[in-house]
Amino acid sequence: MDISKNDLLQLYYYLKLTRRIEDRVTALYRQGRILGGAWTSNGMEAISVGYAYALEKEDVIAPYFRDMGAFLVRGITPQRVMAQYLGKKTGITGGKEGNVHAGDIHLGVFGFPSHLADNYPVAVGAALSFKIRGERRVAAACTGEGGTSRGDFHEALNMASVWKVPVVFFCNNNQYAYSTPFRIQMAVKDVAERAKAYAIPSEIVDGNDVVAVYSAAKNAYDRARKGEGPTFIECKTMRMHGHSEHDAAKYVPRELLEEWKKKDPIMNMERYLLSNKTATEEELKGIDERVTKEVDEAEAFAEKSPLPEGRDALEGVYATPV
Amino acid sequence: MAEVTYLEAIKQALDEEMTRDNNVFILGEDVGYYGGAFRVTEGFYEKYGQWRVLDTPLSESGFTGAAIGAALMGMRPVVEMQFADFISCAFDQIVSVAAKNNYRWGGKTPMVIRAPFGGFVHGGAFHSACPETWFFNVPGLKMVAPSDPYDAKGLLKAAIRDDDPVIYFEHKFLYRRIKGEVPEGDYLVPLGKAKVVREGKDISVITYSAMVHTALEAAQALEGEGISLEIVDLRTLLPLDKEGIYASVRKTNRVIILYETPRTGGVGAEVAALISEEMFGHLDGPILRVSAPDTPVPYSPPFEEFYLPKAEDVIKAARKLAAY
Ligand SMILES: Cc1ncc(C[n+]2csc(CCOP(=O)(O)OP(=O)(O)O)c2C)c(N)n1
Repeated sequence: MDISKNDLLQLYYYLKLTRRIEDRVTALYRQGRILGGAWTSNGMEAISVGYAYALEKEDVIAPYFRDMGAFLVRGITPQRVMAQYLGKKTGITGGKEGNVHAGDIHLGVFGFPSHLADNYPVAVGAALSFKIRGERRVAAACTGEGGTSRGDFHEALNMASVWKVPVVFFCNNNQYAYSTPFRIQMAVKDVAERAKAYAIPSEIVDGNDVVAVYSAAKNAYDRARKGEGPTFIECKTMRMHGHSEHDAAKYVPRELLEEWKKKDPIMNMERYLLSNKTATEEELKGIDERVTKEVDEAEAFAEKSPLPEGRDALEGVYATPV
Repeated sequence: MAEVTYLEAIKQALDEEMTRDNNVFILGEDVGYYGGAFRVTEGFYEKYGQWRVLDTPLSESGFTGAAIGAALMGMRPVVEMQFADFISCAFDQIVSVAAKNNYRWGGKTPMVIRAPFGGFVHGGAFHSACPETWFFNVPGLKMVAPSDPYDAKGLLKAAIRDDDPVIYFEHKFLYRRIKGEVPEGDYLVPLGKAKVVREGKDISVITYSAMVHTALEAAQALEGEGISLEIVDLRTLLPLDKEGIYASVRKTNRVIILYETPRTGGVGAEVAALISEEMFGHLDGPILRVSAPDTPVPYSPPFEEFYLPKAEDVIKAARKLAAY
């Protein structure tokens, strides 16, 4: 697939931005400045950056909680992200929700409900409305491999295939669902096999290769736009941190992490860009500096943003109160 | 004005709304080609085509989730649960996603879930339930339960045009048994407003759906004894019309709450709590509940007869209360 230099550098930028924001979140969490949970996509950024970057503006995503990259690609600003983590009024949800439990309908980002795989049928419904109205838009949904054991995952794939709607399903297979390893999550060898039961074409890609994820996503979206129905894309990767930052993940063998450290998606992309001379060291350094500046500014913005008023918790239960 | 059945009124509402707004569409099991288990959408498939009366796989959670996605994209889906009982399979999508979208992230989710509910049909535990109480403490949801054709039509049209998720409980027993006047053309019954279906001066019977008719039967029987029942049809269960309830309590000072669900934690519990908090000084006696017992809905005729609240039960409660 031909990808322009600009697109490649943008992919690199979003990888770096995602990593930097989540590293900052981890640091703030350790200082006790972020309450509740802090889940990151460390080592898995290529998946959400890749699938979101391949979309068009009018498309929509139904993400899960390791999709920070997709939030950023869709245009949710680092300021709003950092303010969200600090429970501020200027956060994505104005303090109603924390961390990655957020969405923005104006940017085509559906809110993430904690209940894993709940967003799969929701994405099918968005795609169904595109089909009913004859629009050339697509919906993308993502969940972890653990989430694919839920009924809603299976109901969604089945409906999408029967109705042949323009939806593309992604799975971040990072080999662990909290402490549960893949082998006791499911008996099939690859998650992609699950798609076969619903007559949905599937593909397995290297989830640490942003260009591979982007290319597979792009092809699947093209198919969907042509009315050829859903695709399932399994992205193989590894969860490099604990389930969330409180979890030391002693249950993951050291060697496995060592092995995957060598396949880091950002390192991969740097190697790729430099070896085929798409970019120079200076250009990459420039991007890195820009990212640091943006994250510093975002944090400062979040810090000085006001907290919401307690009583405003009553607002917004209904779109039209009676 | 024409006399139509409760079922016909529901059908008219759907038909008119689908004609008025292309974004309105129906989805559920057997709703398309077959016309629905209770024939509510009979003829729609021919009129609107397969994509606007969409036959779904047997996936309550899945198609409820799909309706949410469509609603987020500006459609106005109407989900049909084949029987309200099966709404339990979609519970998660309703309470975790639909009900919280607007609050959590501003995701406006205008959708209606039609749920044919209730007993008197020899359906046993899985085809007779009244699941409204399961959803009663889920902020973000609205729930309505009409008792006659006029409200059935007007409330459904209002629910479809409403910007929040609404569960519309339609009583299976009323479908073809209740007829009533329904104006031609467009009218709405506003959500959140109770209605006094029978004026009275001694005791308020606060109720909804099929139980309104049970209350009416009791009211008639008690006329001869000089006990006058006022019957308040809640119509909207969530949010409750507190003022509508209080107005009747101020008038009668005695309250019976009548509902078809198991007794514990039903709509009656909340209505009783509201009245005792806000209207205590107006009460001349205890607030009484007439309800089904705390069992699943049993099948055999003597069992079901015993289970369902009857006019006789209301009469007994009224006599007791009239003595205060
Ligand atoms: C339905 C549901 N059950 C349990 C949880 C609690 N939980 C949060 S994340 C998680 C593991 C998720 O694993 P996976 O889907 O593989 O995603 P990953 O965390 O590996 O990215 C669990 C059990 C949840 N969010 N939703």
